[in-house]
Amino acid sequence: MAYTLVSADGPQSVPALLHRNAKQFANAPAYREKEFGIWQSWSWSQTRDEVEALALGLLELGAAEGDFIAIIGRNRPYLYWAMMAAEMVGAVPVPLYQDANAEEMTYVLDHCGARFVVAGDQEQVDKVLEVQDHLTQFERIIYLDPRGLRKYDHATLDQYTAVQEMGRKARDKHIAELEARQAKLDYDSTGVMLYTSGTTGKPKGVVLSNRNIIETAKSSSEFDKLRQTDDILAYLPMAWVGDFIFSVGQAMWTGFCTNCPESADTMHVDLREIGPTYYFAPPRVFETQLTSVMIRMEDASRFKKWLFDKFMAVARRVGPDILDGKPVGFLDKLTYGLGELMIYGPLKNTLGLSRVRVGYTAGEAIGPEIFDFYRSLGINLKQLYGQTEATVFITAQPDGEVRSDTVGVTCPGVELKIAENGEVFYRSPGVFVEYYKNPESTADTKDAEGWVATGDAGFIEEGTGHLRIIDRAKDVGKMADGNLFAPKYVENKLKFFPNILEAVVFGNGRTECTAFINIDLTAVGNWAERNNIGYASYQELARHPQVMETIQSHVEEVNASIAEDEMLSGCQVHRFVVLHKELDADDGELTRTRKVRRKVIGEKFEDIINALYDGSPSVSTVTEVTYEDGRKGSIAATLEVRDAKVFADTRKMAAE
Amino acid sequence: MKDQADGYVTADGRQIGPVVMEMKNITLRFGGIEAIKDISFDVREGEIRAIIGPNGAGKSSMLNVISGFYVPQEGEVWYKGARRAPMKPFEVAQQGIARTFQNIALFEGMTVLDNVMTGRLTHMKTGLFAQSFWKGKAEAEETANREVAEKIIDFLEIQAIRKTPVSRLSYGLKKRVELARALAAEPSILLLDEPMAGMNVEEKEDMSRFILDVNDEFGTTIVLIEHDMGVVMDLSDRVVVMDYGKKIGDGSPTEVRNNQAVIDAYLGVAHED
Repeated sequence: MAYTLVSADGPQSVPALLHRNAKQFANAPAYREKEFGIWQSWSWSQTRDEVEALALGLLELGAAEGDFIAIIGRNRPYLYWAMMAAEMVGAVPVPLYQDANAEEMTYVLDHCGARFVVAGDQEQVDKVLEVQDHLTQFERIIYLDPRGLRKYDHATLDQYTAVQEMGRKARDKHIAELEARQAKLDYDSTGVMLYTSGTTGKPKGVVLSNRNIIETAKSSSEFDKLRQTDDILAYLPMAWVGDFIFSVGQAMWTGFCTNCPESADTMHVDLREIGPTYYFAPPRVFETQLTSVMIRMEDASRFKKWLFDKFMAVARRVGPDILDGKPVGFLDKLTYGLGELMIYGPLKNTLGLSRVRVGYTAGEAIGPEIFDFYRSLGINLKQLYGQTEATVFITAQPDGEVRSDTVGVTCPGVELKIAENGEVFYRSPGVFVEYYKNPESTADTKDAEGWVATGDAGFIEEGTGHLRIIDRAKDVGKMADGNLFAPKYVENKLKFFPNILEAVVFGNGRTECTAFINIDLTAVGNWAERNNIGYASYQELARHPQVMETIQSHVEEVNASIAEDEMLSGCQVHRFVVLHKELDADDGELTRTRKVRRKVIGEKFEDIINALYDGSPSVSTVTEVTYEDGRKGSIAATLEVRDAKVFADTRKMAAE
Repeated sequence: MKDQADGYVTADGRQIGPVVMEMKNITLRFGGIEAIKDISFDVREGEIRAIIGPNGAGKSSMLNVISGFYVPQEGEVWYKGARRAPMKPFEVAQQGIARTFQNIALFEGMTVLDNVMTGRLTHMKTGLFAQSFWKGKAEAEETANREVAEKIIDFLEIQAIRKTPVSRLSYGLKKRVELARALAAEPSILLLDEPMAGMNVEEKEDMSRFILDVNDEFGTTIVLIEHDMGVVMDLSDRVVVMDYGKKIGDGSPTEVRNNQAVIDAYLGVAHED
């Protein structure tokens, strides 16, 4: 084939990378997916053929340059190929969150004006068909899994494989056009459009160019010395920039293999079978894994538990140092080696993390105990800080400089500055082109010189140059007495307790801080089971006096630790309630990436907040809930409002 | 009825095929008790046929007659155009009729996969020797059967519990595994004995979707017994209503719903003062 897509400066587009890989790593595995109990795999050259067939099929269906093609479904090779095929024909792929409800979906599909939708299964097809009347530019759905769709009217439906077949048949007719369209792609053409989950307001379409994708993938791959033989497990939403950069950007740049799990439920089994060498998970996943390990150790025999405790103590003491290559005593090294044989090795294997060479976590703060637990086992878990607008990478921790309270140093090519109000700004080759059809927001976020506001407040640590993030800049407020109010800082400390799943702290402009708390049903439920405490529902467990007692002790422990921090000692929680329902994205209380929506919560639970401040001992409330199928219901409850002990600023005391 | 020989569209607008099984004047007695009294109805290809009725109406007995477990004292069972001689249940299974049970009957100690594989038994041709020593065609046969089993596991979305022993599963999941095992036999008629008994709303919705998908995807004819009227009316193409061993109604869900005898049997007869 006469492709001359690779210019002197290297590949200039995602399809160009695909052609390069198909030539350079022709027979190396590019994608794997477990289906029918077996790992099916596709080499880079097979992948190229599959993508090309789909792209030709899209041409046959009339896809034009500049079209938007939405992609909805769980992580599957076919859907990654659809993104590449879209770019091949000069269209823009727009991956969507698969758990988006009809309303969210309508907004996004209408905003970008998608002509084609590639949907994973019947559920997604139904959603699109349901809202199609509100979409002016929508034309066709291409679906992957035919199950349940056989009897649908196929006037606007095509099966994925049928489109590929159509493409293969029409190869002679369209191949010249396809090559011509690919040749037009360069660093400035759009590679992908990703909708941000929108902590506030409607989602915004972040336009990323090929330059953003390739430059970021290149520098970050070099930063962590990723190899062509690496394996990654693709299980996080395809609409999220992280998955796009790891599973498409870096995978295409380095040529490593992207593995897709069989289903969401089999993720942990598949993780074990693949044993990825490069792994990303949000803190929540590490937390859940650790909780389940600890719960199982509680049930283990006494000898096993003793052995586990003994060796974990050794690991905690010397593990991180060994991982960082710092000198450790000979005897410690020997014990650690024995521990590796008896405990750490098998444990890592059970977790599916035996082969991890580079592991990342980001998105939220991770509890120091959780972070240290994994590192002490010898897993190279690190933190990074990034956002969609930066094509992920802003800062990351280099090997050997890993700590739980920073997010690392600037990535290659990134510049940082801190504004007077503490907000972090950055500039890099990864900086997004624009928010689609939203010049005002673009101008608000990115200035003329290319500096982008992160919306996060933080500071650069003197000496190490590491960045530390305190909170969202807009959430950092002032209390009535002028003290700094950083809710996330307190919430994170609360959430580090396994019993607490979610916390929301209030106090901006008030005299004291108060909090909502969600218990973690897994951890608390297990505790209840072990202590023979019966409960019929989440609500009943949440208001159990002993649970309230435990949560109170957690809150007071957090207060004691906050009191030590001079700047933030005013943020201690004076009163709190344990909520009767789990905060949920379906009810609009969290974003799809599980970030707290303060404004929505503030309005929805106004009565409870008032009770937190007016001194009443309890509050009765009725809350509307949305079920998974969109129906609405309500739950009524009476919540107990508790007072927590607060501590005086220890340092101030000492000074007086 | 001649014009309906190749199938027709029901009053509710569903296309169903020609008659595949016919029950002619079935009477079944246990000692002096008549469990089924002179019942006739047919099952058409590709339809979902429900048998409903109050407790003790004889529904399960009817299903057992179809599955060959009971041999009726009077009447004939016609299957695929021929009269079926009394036969053993395994012979009925070989003819392409599979079933699930009201009280789950799985091998509790075996994994889900192994349970599903037992459904393939009627499709295994190699002998005991070949299978024991993994000789000859046994290996290829097992691979082919495993493929079928895996497709069904995928279809019913039970991949995550593939290697889990059945005894550790919830009730709802066990029901699904039982359906998987029945499907593994690739039956032309599938008999479901109260597939949704004891399930919560969510599990019922899942199960309903699977039943519809099975019917849709594999074209399997389904005969089911169910108590939940909402489910029956949503799922089935035609309904037979039984009461005290007698057939009191037969037709599409809408027809049955408006049938006075059925309303009386379910709601009781109103008395005038």
